[in-house]
Amino acid sequence: MMTGAEAIIESLKNENVDVVFGYPGGSVLTLYDALYQANFKHILTKHEQGAVHAADGYARATGKVGVVIATSGPGATNLVTGIATAYMDSIPLVAITGQVAVPLIGRDSFQEADIRGITTPITKHNYLVKKVEDLPGVLKEAFYIARTGRPGPVVVDVVKDVFAAVLDYQYPKEVKLRGYRPIFAGNLETIDKVFKELSLAQKPLIFVGGGVNLSGASAVLRDLIEQTGFPVISSLMGLGCLPFDHPQFLGMVGMHGTYAANMATTECDLLLGIGVRFDDRVTGLLSEFAKKAKVVHFDIDPAEINKNVMAHLRVVGDLNWSLPALVERVKDVSAELKGHVQSWNDKVISWQQEKPLNYEHQTDLVMPQEVIEKVSQLTQGDAVIVTDVGQHQMWVAQYFGFKNPRSLLTSGGLGTMGYGLPAALGAQCGLPDRKVILFVGDGGIMMNCQELATAANYGFPVKVLIFNNQTLGMVSQWQRMFYGGRYSHTSLKGNTDFVKLAEAMGVTGLRVTKAEELDKVLEEALATPGPVVVDIRTPEKVDVLPMVPAGARLDQMILGGSEG
Amino acid sequence: MKHTLAVLVENRPGVLTHISGLISRRAFNIESIAAGYTEEPDTTRITIVVEGDEIEQEQVVNQLSKLVDVIKITDLTAVESIQRELVLIKVKASVETRSDIINIVDIFRARIIDVNRETMVIELSGDETKIDALCQVLEDDHGIIEIVRTGKIALSRGPIPAKDR
Ligand SMILES: Cc1ncc(C[n+]2csc(CCOP(=O)(O)OP(=O)(O)O)c2C)c(N)n1
Ligand SMILES: [Mg+2]
Repeated sequence: MMTGAEAIIESLKNENVDVVFGYPGGSVLTLYDALYQANFKHILTKHEQGAVHAADGYARATGKVGVVIATSGPGATNLVTGIATAYMDSIPLVAITGQVAVPLIGRDSFQEADIRGITTPITKHNYLVKKVEDLPGVLKEAFYIARTGRPGPVVVDVVKDVFAAVLDYQYPKEVKLRGYRPIFAGNLETIDKVFKELSLAQKPLIFVGGGVNLSGASAVLRDLIEQTGFPVISSLMGLGCLPFDHPQFLGMVGMHGTYAANMATTECDLLLGIGVRFDDRVTGLLSEFAKKAKVVHFDIDPAEINKNVMAHLRVVGDLNWSLPALVERVKDVSAELKGHVQSWNDKVISWQQEKPLNYEHQTDLVMPQEVIEKVSQLTQGDAVIVTDVGQHQMWVAQYFGFKNPRSLLTSGGLGTMGYGLPAALGAQCGLPDRKVILFVGDGGIMMNCQELATAANYGFPVKVLIFNNQTLGMVSQWQRMFYGGRYSHTSLKGNTDFVKLAEAMGVTGLRVTKAEELDKVLEEALATPGPVVVDIRTPEKVDVLPMVPAGARLDQMILGGSEG
Repeated sequence: MKHTLAVLVENRPGVLTHISGLISRRAFNIESIAAGYTEEPDTTRITIVVEGDEIEQEQVVNQLSKLVDVIKITDLTAVESIQRELVLIKVKASVETRSDIINIVDIFRARIIDVNRETMVIELSGDETKIDALCQVLEDDHGIIEIVRTGKIALSRGPIPAKDR
């Protein structure tokens, strides 16, 4: 016999959870007491939003399920942005929240919030546990649902009395859910059909997305790419699943995609979308997207097929099933396929050479793109890179040389400012031996800057590079381009001293104001043990280019640098 | 075009919230939705009528299928099925107009289930067009005070239940 709180700890152990992130309060006191008694590893952040993003960063970096705990009412509602962030990017999380006691439910009691109702549209599934006997089964299901199929967050709301109630604990061996059977293998016949399309295509293009990173299918993806010789583009979430310097890789597609990637998408006659969801930031004007192409859509989630882009062929199943099956077909005719697409590849390479990514170099000012290239060189592309949201995020996507899957942690779907710092802490917690580097704006850092104190308290040695351009850069870029340069409330000019802010929280603070200091300070930051903040002064008016204006076709890019 | 879907779900608290939440979030065009118990105590059956083209209807089915509590969805439009809806209509009725209302009710094979000095309540089950027609006549000739409709429920013909299709 044990209490509900103890049963939760046991269940966490049964799920191989080695750390939880959270913040205590009235309704979860009993659970926190059990954590204390079991000496279970818990990271106390400074805000529940920090805890949930940290759990998310942990999950993205390690591939395991992230776990977060919060109290009822405001504790639970503070998780909402983080849950939605995880949901949009299909990240496995289990959020355990306290709920007021059963007799108080539905009476607007102190610290009561219907977190199940609130999170219904942003969770893969959610539960309210009112009976202690239900707890083991619900937790088993929660972890199973979060991790399998298309991953996602699951909320388990537990009423206060359940933590103290006693049960005869037994963790179920398996889950029985009539309505949830994640697919692994799909229909082999469709693989035959896809193969046929591959052999007919004159201008094929492979488009990879977050699904490849999440499923761990990047090695077999590499096989497919090498056997076919087809060029490859990526969404923001797909970066890292193929090394940036792979000769067939054209870079990111979409609003801030490369010229070659966007042109190839416009001109291709066969588009193989692999673990992608054709977000509007990718497609531009949907009706004109890849208009000359037959689309083959590979995804584990049948609901993604025909949601945005109509698929000529659908391959529903785990990429670890579909990609090997396709490679099997392709490998005997590899030479033939490559010969077939030779002239298309020449064309694609000419686009790449004609208009590569570029920016104006300045002698005294620190250009943001240069900082990213520098960090990329210094780390050999081997670090775990975390970003916040804004211009710096897009420059990281464009200029950082990613080499490994799961090496870019970024809020792609929801675009959550304030995500970066706590996510970096979670990643560092999960991968203590890896270098974790955060690129963040001067706007976004202030959305969760309290977590610098968490970094200091736990000694998480994250390197926080603040791109201090004194503006909400991405918004002011739109104001410059589309609102006649009327900078309504985007200036961040003020008196905040990020070095002092870091120091006040026990974090080393460094600063770069001139281009000539950049190398030295970056090297120092990377060599300094413990957490470090670098306040990098970058120019205010730099645009992220190329740019496809919202609602325009992908080939209607505004190009940058010397091309104007 | 309209599709009638039989949606079998776990009979658990919160299921209807999950379903209605999904429908509104995805902005699906739902004409009616009717839920009730089934021959199995742990299963609830929901009949949903969706308006939209094939692509939209495929999205409705795929998105609903993703809900953990949804066990099975069958499109009853694709098979031969019987479809019914129940309506209760409260009409204005005086001593003088009662007999005319009774006539109308007979023609439609409806039933009068309540009468008082100023009103009558009429019950009719049938398909949508029949119900619409009765409502129209009563409204034009006598005036309707209020109406309640259950939304359509449907069952396939033949021996195979929706759960096995
Ligand atoms: C929580 C949240 N609020 C608002 C926005 C809208 N937004 C997108 S980018 C951006 C500017 C970010 O500024 P900063 O953090 O300084 O980064 P920069 O673009 O300058 O690199 C804003 C306000 C958002 N994405 N998230
Ligand atoms: Mg900024």
